Amino acid sequence: MSKVLDIHGSKPNEEGVTEVGHEPTTADRLYVPAIAAGLKTTIRHFFKNLIGKEKYTQTIQYPDQKVEYPERFRGMHRLVPREDGTSRCVACYMCQTACPARCIHIVAGESEDPSIEKYPVVFEIDELRCVVCGLCVEACPCDAIRMDTGYHPKPVYSREDADFGKADLLKNFGRHETEGSRRTARPPATAAGTGRVDRSSGDGGAGGATGGY
Amino acid sequence: MEAYTPYLWDLGRIAFMFAICLGLAGPLTWAERRQSAMIQDRIGPNRAALTLFGREIRAFGLFHPIADVIKLITKEDTINIHADRFLYNVAPFIALFPALMTFAVVPFGPDITVGGEVHRLQVARMDAGILVVFAISSIAVFGVTLAGYASASKFALLGGLRASAQMISYEVTMGLSVLGLVLIFGTLEPSAMVVAQGELIGGWLPRWGVFVQPLSFIIFFTAAIAENKRIPFDMAEGESEIVGYFVEYSGMKFGMFFMAEYIEITVVAGLLTTLFFGGWQVPYLMDGVEFVNAAGTTIVGTGFHFPWGGQLYTGEWVGAGLRVGAFLFKLIFLCWLQLMLRWTLPRFRYDQVMTLGWRRLLPLSLANLVLTAAVVLLI
Repeated sequence: MSKVLDIHGSKPNEEGVTEVGHEPTTADRLYVPAIAAGLKTTIRHFFKNLIGKEKYTQTIQYPDQKVEYPERFRGMHRLVPREDGTSRCVACYMCQTACPARCIHIVAGESEDPSIEKYPVVFEIDELRCVVCGLCVEACPCDAIRMDTGYHPKPVYSREDADFGKADLLKNFGRHETEGSRRTARPPATAAGTGRVDRSSGDGGAGGATGGY
Repeated sequence: MEAYTPYLWDLGRIAFMFAICLGLAGPLTWAERRQSAMIQDRIGPNRAALTLFGREIRAFGLFHPIADVIKLITKEDTINIHADRFLYNVAPFIALFPALMTFAVVPFGPDITVGGEVHRLQVARMDAGILVVFAISSIAVFGVTLAGYASASKFALLGGLRASAQMISYEVTMGLSVLGLVLIFGTLEPSAMVVAQGELIGGWLPRWGVFVQPLSFIIFFTAAIAENKRIPFDMAEGESEIVGYFVEYSGMKFGMFFMAEYIEITVVAGLLTTLFFGGWQVPYLMDGVEFVNAAGTTIVGTGFHFPWGGQLYTGEWVGAGLRVGAFLFKLIFLCWLQLMLRWTLPRFRYDQVMTLGWRRLLPLSLANLVLTAAVVLLI
């Protein structure tokens, strides 16, 4: 018989059945021992939470205290800029195809730079539809879209406001970047001007070296 | 001026009593919520804040009682159109007053001598002190029952009826459990009982009620919690089922029932302190004991006289201060214990409440009384 069921010291009978619980004994009818046992537990909790070093209470008082998100936390999307500030995106539709929520909308245009075939005229993400799966980041061949901002999509007043466009997404930056360092931060080495990530340079995985998705 | 001095003393005593009763009621509502939070591994209310000089002061949520009172006072006072308006309005007062009155017989300090006159630190000193407690506390049942009756609500009526049955049942037990102490100390007067509890049994154990009548203490404590209609005896309230006799009340009228409950906690703690925990007595702090000071002269006065031989002279004033402090400490400890019990125990069923009252505690208290009477007679 399992120990969990054996809560009152009952033993299994001949048929192997353990009866849980029992008729109240004299001690049970007196209530006092049971009350004392209960008080022992509540008083232990009370004093440990009041003055103890290690408390039972695990509450995080949200607006005042915030949880440190893990390094690979998938937050708000961002478009990674090139050194000139334009998006690294080459409008290949890989992310739009990969997206299970169909929240990415891209309209491609022809790039003036002959080394880059296409660029996104429109790049919109409907953050209300997004299921935060990170497949767009995995799919991107150019490391142009990342989810390493470290914060959630901001609350909005209307559904339209939740469609974040290219300009909005380019403004976001990674949690380890700052406003000042972002413009000068060199993007990972790309292969022959295509914007494609040169994986051999150690830009490990879809998220890039600086922080996860 | 001379002629008014006794009245000033009376006013001072009454003010001190009200300060204890009302001053503890607010913090007790806070303590109840914070303490239950601590017991249940939560944080509890802590966000009521006061901003002073640009700094936000939260004081562990101590402003919550103030916020609550402001809320209750400014709330709409609704009255059911079928309600009996007079009884409906008077019921909260009838519920609140006995709670406040009972504390009058509780001594909160020893007699002190100021300018050759002896002053008592007790609002009312009556020979029938304990009987007055029971007489007044049985009025409280009227407030509750009237509230239930006048509300013109079935749930309120049910709550009021349950409360009256429960309070009357447990009053019997409560009175009988104290009789043992009355036999032992030979007085009904609380301050005389406290003085009698200053003696030592066998030279080391204070002669407190809890040591001479432990069973009586458990019965009285149980009955007192039942009188106060708190969990595990909250049949009259029954938040999870009928809400209770005050279900129709709103605003500060509800607040008065709520306040009465917390004042009753203080009163129960005061009575337990006086009857069972030696009132204002500090263990081994005694009056009229001989002390030998450094110069080798012997003085007679108030001071510690430890059973293991040590002596510490405190003088009358320090002694009195220590004793009032001891009374307040015991009072607050017993309030804390009552809150602790409330958040430890599950509720009884109504038939269990009645069974416990009439078939367990009443015979037990009668047996305790007979046994005590026999022992007192033989010794």
